[in-house]
Amino acid sequence: MAAVASRDLGAPLLEAPAAPSAPGGRRGRTPRVWRFVVLLLAGLYFLVPLYAALRFALKTSQGRTSITAFTSIPHQQGFMPAFTLSLRLALVTTVITLLLMVPTAVYVHLRLPGLRRLFDGITILPIVIPPVVLIVGVLQVAPRRLKGTPYLLALEYAVLAMPFAYRSLDAGLRAIDLKTLFEASRSLGGGWFKTILRVVLPNLRAALLAATVLTVALVLGEYTMANLDQYATVPVWIVSFDQDNSHVSVAVSLLALVVTWVFLLAISSLGWRRSRRAVRAGLA
Amino acid sequence: MSVAGRGAVALRVRRRLGVLLPLAPFAAYAVLFLGLPTLAVALGAFQKHSGGWTLNNVRLASRGVYRKGFMTSLELATITAVVPAVLGVFLAYAVHTARPTSALKRVVSTASGVFANFGGVPLAFLFIASLGNTGLATKWLNSVGLNPYKHGFNLYAFSGIVLVYMYFQIPLMVLVITPALEGLRPAWREAAHNLGASSWSYWRHVGVPVLLPSFLGALLLLFGSGLSAYATAEALTNGSVAITSIQIGSFLNGNVISGQENVGKALGFGMIVVIFFVMLVYATLQRRASRWLQ
Repeated sequence: MAAVASRDLGAPLLEAPAAPSAPGGRRGRTPRVWRFVVLLLAGLYFLVPLYAALRFALKTSQGRTSITAFTSIPHQQGFMPAFTLSLRLALVTTVITLLLMVPTAVYVHLRLPGLRRLFDGITILPIVIPPVVLIVGVLQVAPRRLKGTPYLLALEYAVLAMPFAYRSLDAGLRAIDLKTLFEASRSLGGGWFKTILRVVLPNLRAALLAATVLTVALVLGEYTMANLDQYATVPVWIVSFDQDNSHVSVAVSLLALVVTWVFLLAISSLGWRRSRRAVRAGLA
Repeated sequence: MSVAGRGAVALRVRRRLGVLLPLAPFAAYAVLFLGLPTLAVALGAFQKHSGGWTLNNVRLASRGVYRKGFMTSLELATITAVVPAVLGVFLAYAVHTARPTSALKRVVSTASGVFANFGGVPLAFLFIASLGNTGLATKWLNSVGLNPYKHGFNLYAFSGIVLVYMYFQIPLMVLVITPALEGLRPAWREAAHNLGASSWSYWRHVGVPVLLPSFLGALLLLFGSGLSAYATAEALTNGSVAITSIQIGSFLNGNVISGQENVGKALGFGMIVVIFFVMLVYATLQRRASRWLQ
């Protein structure tokens, strides 16, 4: 399952822009017109809800304009417990995901490239298997002790994060010459573990960051499993708090989206600057 | 077979197993936390709550409200796969033709990552603020005499769910189809033009046939994602819309008639069956798609 979705589901930003792609746009005026129309419509569809949400969040229930919906978030009933729970889950999920996926992805790339398609196929499954079905099964088979802790959610979130994390790492691994790096390190006497820690990971910095941000975004936004396992994470809190003050609920939603987006943009510009530097170095 | 030959085979098998050994943690994790729960749902669909096998759950799950819910789910998944797939491919192409270092490309690709990934709850709230009963966009449309609620639109019902699903389905399409677009080599286009092909005939004979398997594969992925979505519909309608994922959720919430405890699992089994066939076709399409895109 190589082509579609194989590369950058999680991190389109990591692809080195080295390939000179100039497929259209340069020929005549027509492409520019339809491009403009497509981008305008997409812009409207994606930005109007964001703008409307901002305007809504900036209104109080009395109809005045104020930023209290944003500033009062930490003081709202139940927010801080939900927020710390979500952060703890995000931390645990990220650790599990990286510990599990990094060695596996590196190993598959290095020793079993023939299995890459199989891995693309397996790691796409959590996108299509309904989380609601998964949690039904999980609650049935999980041992009682695990069911009593919220960390059961983290164990399942690591599964949900797999598609995005694996693809980020896959894109990052494609961009470097893993084999040469490995052979160089081994011939200098570095063991497997040391090579991964000291040589591979630093080269995968951008991919690791992207995988981390996408995993954290997933955990902070996941609602289905948390709601059905009855733990009040941030999204569950947003929905339940809507009855008390919908302006605050909208403000939190908006913040969550925008903050994640800004993080990803920052990471991508990091990646771009590096690859541009690489291009320049290659030219010199 | 000679003893020596058998020894060689055993050695080769052991060496091959040794090569696969480092994959064991991942394989074990996938089996434990993905395979086992799925299997439990599939088996539970055919079991009585008190134990013992039965077809009763499946029978109940394929009737009445559940049958209707399944049909609505399939309809929803189809619409929210086809429309975003078409729109997404145009958007991806429009972005793809921009300069590789342009800010547009970065903004769209990162935004796609976030929107496709971020749960449905924040999205639902964005839309309530803009197209809800008293939303901002509703007011704008109302002021030009176009109240969407008087034209059959309702954010808190099927039409609203379709609109909001597109908000994460289009970005998902952009993410999965962009690699395929990057696989379209400029050289093919130039070759076609040198042979006298118009833009239209280039697309008709080269571009579309090459992209088609990838496009259909992405379409199936979107179908699966639309079928399994739960959060948006739940947050928008408070669980009042009758689609299968919501119905399964309500079984977990404890709204269960005695004797029907496992009907939710039968519904889940139905979804697994649909997903199984979707993935089967997907795998076949991927094999075709990869022919051009390596």
